[in-house]
Amino acid sequence: MSESLISARGLTKKFGDFTAVDSIDFDVAKGESFGLLGPNGAGKSTVMRMIGATSQRNAGELTILGKDPEKNGPQIRAHLGVVPQQDNLDMQLSVTENLYIYGRYFGLPRKFVKGKIDELLTFAQLEEKRDAKVEALSGGMKRRLTIARALVSEPEILMLDEPTTGLDPQARHILWDRLFRLKEQGVTLVITTHFMDEAEQLCDRLIVMDKGKIMAEGSPTSLIKDFSTKEVLEVRFGSDRNQEVADKLRSMCERIEELPDRVLMYTEDGEALLEKIYASALHPKTSLVRRSSLEDVFLRLTGRTLIE
Amino acid sequence: MSTFTTRRGSSQLVDTAKIQARGAFYVAEARVRIMLKWIWMILGIAIANPILYLISVGIGLGGLIDKSVGPAGVDGVKYLTFLAPALLAQAAIQGAMDETVYPTIEGFKWHKTFYSMNSTPLSGAQISIGVFLAAFLRTIYTVLLYFGVMWAFGALDSPKAWLAIPTAIFAGISFGALMQAVAAKLENENIFFVILGRFIMMPLFLFSGTFFPLSSMPFFLQWIGWVSPLWHATELGRSLTYGHAISATMMWVHFLVLLTMLVSGLYLSARIFTRRLTK
Repeated sequence: MSESLISARGLTKKFGDFTAVDSIDFDVAKGESFGLLGPNGAGKSTVMRMIGATSQRNAGELTILGKDPEKNGPQIRAHLGVVPQQDNLDMQLSVTENLYIYGRYFGLPRKFVKGKIDELLTFAQLEEKRDAKVEALSGGMKRRLTIARALVSEPEILMLDEPTTGLDPQARHILWDRLFRLKEQGVTLVITTHFMDEAEQLCDRLIVMDKGKIMAEGSPTSLIKDFSTKEVLEVRFGSDRNQEVADKLRSMCERIEELPDRVLMYTEDGEALLEKIYASALHPKTSLVRRSSLEDVFLRLTGRTLIE
Repeated sequence: MSTFTTRRGSSQLVDTAKIQARGAFYVAEARVRIMLKWIWMILGIAIANPILYLISVGIGLGGLIDKSVGPAGVDGVKYLTFLAPALLAQAAIQGAMDETVYPTIEGFKWHKTFYSMNSTPLSGAQISIGVFLAAFLRTIYTVLLYFGVMWAFGALDSPKAWLAIPTAIFAGISFGALMQAVAAKLENENIFFVILGRFIMMPLFLFSGTFFPLSSMPFFLQWIGWVSPLWHATELGRSLTYGHAISATMMWVHFLVLLTMLVSGLYLSARIFTRRLTK
């Protein structure tokens, strides 16, 4: 691995008796797009706040850009761009002013920030909203503005906590496109998400977290390869019959997962499996063949779905 | 179209030592920007407030008092001369409080803007001091405007009347600093506003020797004055502007009480800001 920008060993955070992050190890390399995937409450945001040098660990080692956040918080934060889970823009100021004051917080010269603002507005597709009050923006626009704001200081590491939660599909795709461009420019990204498609789209490598622990680590493709089959067949027999047929189905493929509304069947060839089911006189009400995703990896590792 | 052409990177752009030295001023700069959004309302209040007081209390009540007890009736001077330092200090306290309490609750709770400031190299203490500096500025111009209106009304006969300006500002920032620390600690601001308005601001205004000497109150009520920045500043102001008789010791006491409030308020606020942001 090339030079590592972030390195955690035995990283632990407790809130009273509750262990939010339980002795985890990971490294993030320069230029990498690193993801933390897991359900709500897995400890992702807590990890982000520790990397962001605003929350201190209780045990373990954490090095960011070669420095210890406990001792060098401001020196580390100088090189981070932080997009928190909840937008915390200044509602009383305009779009431009929000970018301006944030640039000033980094001690950037007024002239530099003013020049930078045009660039950021173009990037965030907010040129026409430059003088609008933040309050009047849509959710997607606020999110893009928060990301643009985090870029004002040209950070080495951009940290995004659930960047697209709460956005409609179109707004999400615009955002993914913007993030992809940043990645192409060599910005290191650290992203938390509970959307598997987001993780697959954006992350070179990710850790799957649950209950403060790392369940698995790897690229999206290698995780799918290691923890799932090539394809998944989803069948529905109606909620009362799913259970009934489960035993029969189990014998037909590598592995099944019973969900409340459907049964997932893991196989290398979904169509062939579906034919086999019809041949044995079972008639699912609906069926769908798809490729395995990180959702399946998570299900396999924890026995639970990501969004519950 | 939207590639950043000349990316220099934060390691080239950001000077941490500079931020460590000037961070509080960056926060104050942002606060002033927000203040400017409300400037007409702030100035309107800052001017209308003294006009209303001078007409009702000064001319109305003052006229009545001066007529019935003579122009040297209250503490040896005209009622308005007696009243002026107190009204100035009261305006300073109100202005300082508005500019510390609301922004602090907003920053932690309503819009969580302090958390975004703290994700930059700024520290909790710098954010706290920055908010205070902006409040300091507002206190200064509120008092100057108030003084200007008094002057225009011919309410200042002492040639040393301007000496009540620094004492009023002192009262404002001392109380403002303390209330900023209290606001930073708050989880539920609704109850706080009820208590602040009815059980703190109102009694302080009425029982701090504002409208009559504190000594004319029954002894068991005088303690309100002793803990009130308004009384301490008013005593200082009266002594400086028209020679209201107080001992050198009491001068020191008034000065030190206000100074203690200011220093402890600033210290506590910086501490509470830091803790709450890193929780």
